[in-house]
Amino acid sequence: MTQTRSRFLTVMLTLGLAFFYIPILLLVIYSFNNSKLVPVWGGWSTRWYQELFQSEEVWEAVLLSLQIAVVNATFATLLGTLAGLAMVRFGGFRGRTLFGGMLVAPLVMPEVITGLSLLVFFISLSELIGWPSQRGFTTITIAHITFSMAFVAVTVQARLTGMGQTLEEAAADLGAKPFKVLTAITIPRLTPALISGWLLAFTLSLDDLVIASFVTGPGSTTLPILIFSRIRLGLRPDINAMATIMIIAISICVAIAAILIFRQQQAELRDQQMAFKEEG
Amino acid sequence: MTDATQPSEKLPASSWMRDLARRAQENWRLIVIAIPFVWLLFFFLAPFFIVAKISLAELAIASPPFTRMMEWSNNGIVTIRIVFDNFAYIIDDPLYFDTYLNSIKISASATLLCLLLGYPIAYAIVRSGPVAKPIFLFLIILPFWTSFLLRVYAWMGLLADQGTINNLLIGLGLIDEPIRMLYTEFAVYVGIVYTYMPFMILPLYANMERLDGSLNEAAADLGARQTTTFFRITLPLTKPGIIAGSLLVFIPATGEYVVPDLLGGGNVQMIGRVLFNEFSRNSDWPVASAVAIMLLFFLVVPMMIFQYFQGKSSEVR
Repeated sequence: MTQTRSRFLTVMLTLGLAFFYIPILLLVIYSFNNSKLVPVWGGWSTRWYQELFQSEEVWEAVLLSLQIAVVNATFATLLGTLAGLAMVRFGGFRGRTLFGGMLVAPLVMPEVITGLSLLVFFISLSELIGWPSQRGFTTITIAHITFSMAFVAVTVQARLTGMGQTLEEAAADLGAKPFKVLTAITIPRLTPALISGWLLAFTLSLDDLVIASFVTGPGSTTLPILIFSRIRLGLRPDINAMATIMIIAISICVAIAAILIFRQQQAELRDQQMAFKEEG
Repeated sequence: MTDATQPSEKLPASSWMRDLARRAQENWRLIVIAIPFVWLLFFFLAPFFIVAKISLAELAIASPPFTRMMEWSNNGIVTIRIVFDNFAYIIDDPLYFDTYLNSIKISASATLLCLLLGYPIAYAIVRSGPVAKPIFLFLIILPFWTSFLLRVYAWMGLLADQGTINNLLIGLGLIDEPIRMLYTEFAVYVGIVYTYMPFMILPLYANMERLDGSLNEAAADLGARQTTTFFRITLPLTKPGIIAGSLLVFIPATGEYVVPDLLGGGNVQMIGRVLFNEFSRNSDWPVASAVAIMLLFFLVVPMMIFQYFQGKSSEVR
């Protein structure tokens, strides 16, 4: 569509972006507030950042959350990619409807249900076979993999359907075996989806409060659990400081990923145009 | 499905490993399907059956959190009475019934608000120029990547009695006393609309992006007014996006815990919060399980519709 925006649409877009960004902007500004009371301005200061960095509790939570997020993202990308391939490239197979359902349901499943069901599952399992003997890192990671692989699968499926099958078919015509086609053509072309899938799984894990609260055990406090326990009692300037750091870090990561993916798409487009020119 | 991973037992170790590698090469399709399939069966599907079991007070499961039920375990007949007790308790107690209704009401209204606000935003992005479009899209997606919890927290600072909005209004002389906004239903609406909006905009955008602009032009050439074109052409064609976006907001928002807890306080009852508290404060796991099963019961139809449309969209493209 190339028509121009009407004035109404421009106003809505502007208001929408203001609605999205003003709360975040205020959160950042008040992190530099010298006053102990968040909404009362007491001059600029970085004292809450210093306080934050000195807190051992915070560092432990950050470290645990980052470890879980990295392991989760890696396994979720692996499983989600396999699932996406199976759904898009393999046609019909027995149990496809059930498989597709289990792959889509986590996208919308209320977190309290997922959390509770995994908790009772882990407890029943440990009764039955003695594993997991305690809840914490492992149980949180498994729970996170289970829901974030669905998001990876969606990303991979969109990319697979978007890029079509012509190159794969060409390779097969030239005598490449299906497995070779997968590793030499499909997987490399999936890279942008794999990057965004990994990042998505990483941030989903870093962000999860509800499911982690259910399946965690004593001593395993993730960052969202720590933040939640603090903000439940009201506004806290140190949480504003933490929010600012997290927002900046995530924005940089997402921007880099977006640029990388954009460049790869541009390069692909260029290659295609070159190929057409050579043909002509 | 398992024969790909089961080595032949008669062969010595090195040989069966080679055999396994060969079989893996041959049956790689099966392996690709089996690994995520088995994972989901084990960690996604199986847990629901255990929740169902506990909600029916099946006494085969006997671990410390169920001690209250252990007292009954000597007598099988009494056990069957507990089966009805958990659900009867929820259905009889008007608190639960009202909470379910209230959750659905809040979630449905918030979904409608998201649609009314999100639709023009998505449409505005689609109609933007080639340079502005990816930038706007990025700006809409970015909040979705930043912490959900912290975005809710940002509104605590805005809506509090001593918060930014009240301070601003008092400073401008518009009001004398702070307006109570935090810990009201209004705050819960704001929170849900704010945090779930990207889930509405993105499917709408994806849908609109694929629309054929020439239909609009044809309608304009034939003398249709802009509003007519919108209601007769654009709106019907974006129905899949509207359905997908609405379900992506409605289903998880119905069971939302964080927003009603932080922005609604104790004043807004939603079922996700009741379930969480039933589990964590009262440690009443059988009732929490029954609450979860009832919530699933309410959401299973919207979920099936969502899956149907997801499946269709991946086949069409």
